[in-house]
Amino acid sequence: MDHLFFGYFAGVIALTAVLVVAFRNPIYSALSLLIMFFHVAGLYVTLHAEFLAAVQIIVYAGAILVLYLFVVMLLNLKTDDRYHSQWRAAGFVGGPLLIEFLVLLAGSLAAPPAALPRVDIETGDNTMAIGETLFSTYLFPFEVASLILLVAMIGAIVLAKREVPETPAS
Amino acid sequence: MTIPITYYLVLSAVVFLTGLVGVLIRRNIIAILLSVELMLNATNINFVAFSEHLHDLGGQVFVFFALTVAAAEVAVGLAIIIALHRAKDTINIEQFNLLKW
Repeated sequence: MDHLFFGYFAGVIALTAVLVVAFRNPIYSALSLLIMFFHVAGLYVTLHAEFLAAVQIIVYAGAILVLYLFVVMLLNLKTDDRYHSQWRAAGFVGGPLLIEFLVLLAGSLAAPPAALPRVDIETGDNTMAIGETLFSTYLFPFEVASLILLVAMIGAIVLAKREVPETPAS
Repeated sequence: MTIPITYYLVLSAVVFLTGLVGVLIRRNIIAILLSVELMLNATNINFVAFSEHLHDLGGQVFVFFALTVAAAEVAVGLAIIIALHRAKDTINIEQFNLLKW
């Protein structure tokens, strides 16, 4: 049963991820990304992260994607977007990834996987456990995250603001 | 019967590489930002899978922070797109070569 759910979610996630890149119209891309976000939330539920599943739907599907669609509609884009090749950049990124992949593969073939440490957490209410972790261990990063959001908000307003013409002195 | 962690790693790698290819080959800036979202989601899947695997909530908290950074990135990125569109009346990435050497 677990494998069935994982297979469904993983298949839809992989398919819609490819569609996001393949569609030429940004609206179709954004909508397939929306489907992907919902399935990622479903995957989170199977991984016992119910709070994150809810946050994924509210923040990603509710806020971020609506912002994307808003900008796509605002700019009234044409869909004459064509692909272009960037072999140099692809080499810079793909080379290290390939080397890393080979090193990891060689390492996993050489040594059997070590027994992983199991840190037991409070089982039960996932949201409560996350809240307790967030406001005790990760309190300082949490405050920094709020600062990041503030700076991003100010930056977005400053960047998107239209220059107000000087009012002539009467 | 639980899913092995390898399956999640493969799924995450597939989604991440799709996003990477999208960033490299698309010429529409909005499509590039959408591909960046794909990559962020791939890392989030990894975080949650390992959080479940190691029975440690730290991974889920880090997904929370990644979400915050994604929201900030989208806000600033879309503001930049609007400013660029206002300046050049296009969002094709090839038209913006002001900072190229």
